[in-house]
Amino acid sequence: MKTEADNVVTADVDERQQGLPESDAGRDTAMQVLTDTRRGRSQWAEVWRRLRRNWMAMFGLAIIIVIFFTAIFAEVIAPYDYRTQNLRRIADPPSREHLLGTDDLGRDILSRIIYGARVSLQVGFVAVSISLILGGTLGALAGYYGGRLDNVVMRFMDVLLAIPSILLAIAIVSAFGGGLVNVMVAVGIATIPVYARIVKASVISIKEQEYIEAARAIGATDLRIILKHILPNSMAPIIVQGTLGVAIAILSAAGLSFIGLGIEPPTPEWGAMLSSGRHLIRRAPHVATFPGVAIMITIFALNLLGDGLRDALDPRLKQ
Amino acid sequence: MHKYVLRRVLLLIPVMVGVSFVVFTIMFFTPGDPAKILLGERAPEAEVQALRTQMGLDDPFFVQYARFVTNALRGDLGRSLTTRRPASQELFARFPATMQLAAAGVLVAVLIGIPIGIVSATRQYSLFDGASMVIALVGVSMPNFWQGIMMVLLFSIYLRWFPSSGYGTFAHLIMPALTIGTSSAATITRMTRSSMLEVVRQDYIRTARAKGLSEHLVITRHALKNALIPIITVVGLQFGYLLGGAVLTETIFSWPGVGRLMVDAIRQRDYPVVQGGVLLLALTFSVVNLLVDVLYAYIDPRIKAQYK
Repeated sequence: MKTEADNVVTADVDERQQGLPESDAGRDTAMQVLTDTRRGRSQWAEVWRRLRRNWMAMFGLAIIIVIFFTAIFAEVIAPYDYRTQNLRRIADPPSREHLLGTDDLGRDILSRIIYGARVSLQVGFVAVSISLILGGTLGALAGYYGGRLDNVVMRFMDVLLAIPSILLAIAIVSAFGGGLVNVMVAVGIATIPVYARIVKASVISIKEQEYIEAARAIGATDLRIILKHILPNSMAPIIVQGTLGVAIAILSAAGLSFIGLGIEPPTPEWGAMLSSGRHLIRRAPHVATFPGVAIMITIFALNLLGDGLRDALDPRLKQ
Repeated sequence: MHKYVLRRVLLLIPVMVGVSFVVFTIMFFTPGDPAKILLGERAPEAEVQALRTQMGLDDPFFVQYARFVTNALRGDLGRSLTTRRPASQELFARFPATMQLAAAGVLVAVLIGIPIGIVSATRQYSLFDGASMVIALVGVSMPNFWQGIMMVLLFSIYLRWFPSSGYGTFAHLIMPALTIGTSSAATITRMTRSSMLEVVRQDYIRTARAKGLSEHLVITRHALKNALIPIITVVGLQFGYLLGGAVLTETIFSWPGVGRLMVDAIRQRDYPVVQGGVLLLALTFSVVNLLVDVLYAYIDPRIKAQYK
């Protein structure tokens, strides 16, 4: 006999299916994944294969790799030192000696952009790591243990979410001062709730699976279950959000530096360079233009890769 | 339905208490003595100490926080350390300008984003679709402070179409609104497209086509109406994002809003204004999200039915 409770459950499932319609294309890809896995390819090789076919994502990845190497080998690539001032060549337009011109103190803009890649990538990756570690831990605990802990953690996340993240970062930096470390921490803290929510959602969807029950049955500790079984299986949304998160973190940090709250001179930070070119906009527009182009290319590449990863990791979402 | 709205409104209270706590804590640990800022660096120590006692700055943390919250509930956010006027007065004077800018930004985003998203979805993989998706991605990738400066360069300095900064007329609003709205427009375009694509695959769309409705009717009546629900959520979230982005955009265009007031206040260590500004913008953001959720429930009968 069907009880009322059964009906409620069925209705609930129906609604969920409505919310996540699985397209025919999605089902095909899912089948593909299944057969590929049977052939013995690992899940990540499969993701890589799908990513490789997406030329936009590969284009993004290529740009990011180039920027990475630029950052690592800045000393070798940059034509000048980023600190060298030449007061006889202030705000010179692009020329053969200075391909992107010079800034308000006569420093070579190209060299500063090259060194700036170091700062921006560092800020982006460290800030995301901070919010991933803190937010991920909170989200995993909330999702795994549920109950009161979940309630306390998620209500706190609601509070942080109620403050637009750039405002929260501004408040933190204005209190504790600018500088590379503070900016990374501020930007990182401001986006904690995003990761907490994502990790919590995937932990909840995974923790009822049979293999988790099996792990528990053979006596695995909670920590081991979370780290060894749940986390690896909830990587997909984390990787996607992390990639896009690096882009957002770089933008936020540049924004903070732009209003004078971020990374301090003479460190070549793209947002700060842009800001110093603002008052020269009439006389020497190139000073503000090029750092912005550098930011845009970096963010664009990260977005391309993030979108591609989303499609590759979750074939159901691909359209 | 009323119960749902009431519950959402009541939920706002603990969230705002939490926000006030976070903001107060951050500002409490800010180095620098407000009494010294008020009296100047060279004020005699005894005078500074007297003011500290008078302002209650030597009280324990929670006593100060309780005072801050009770005062804030009465609309008293303390006095600006630079102008000596009530911080709430300063903030409310600037608030309309910020709302104007954010609303104009959302309008720009919706007017650009939704139509392009729909056309892109109906002509998936066409040249138009490809081009608009690339442009949208560029739009999300552009730092808005840089875009603002580039627009000043193009439209104020070279073309002389719009004033480069200031406030008051429609011409002053155009560039700031475009600057603040571009990345939201791009986000909304992408969201509209994917939401529409999701909906067009549903059976009821096939039914609508099968019974011979014109493509126009199928798209506007059947598809768009259902695709709109996730889009509205995104529009609501974008509004909050714009309130944050206002800080940068207002700085570029000398727009007399809360954002610029806060940036100036931060430079002068005028912490009551910073504190109040964050609180005010967070409250606005929460209220907008609440309105969106209510609207959401209103247009989606499935949600409405749950709270009947």
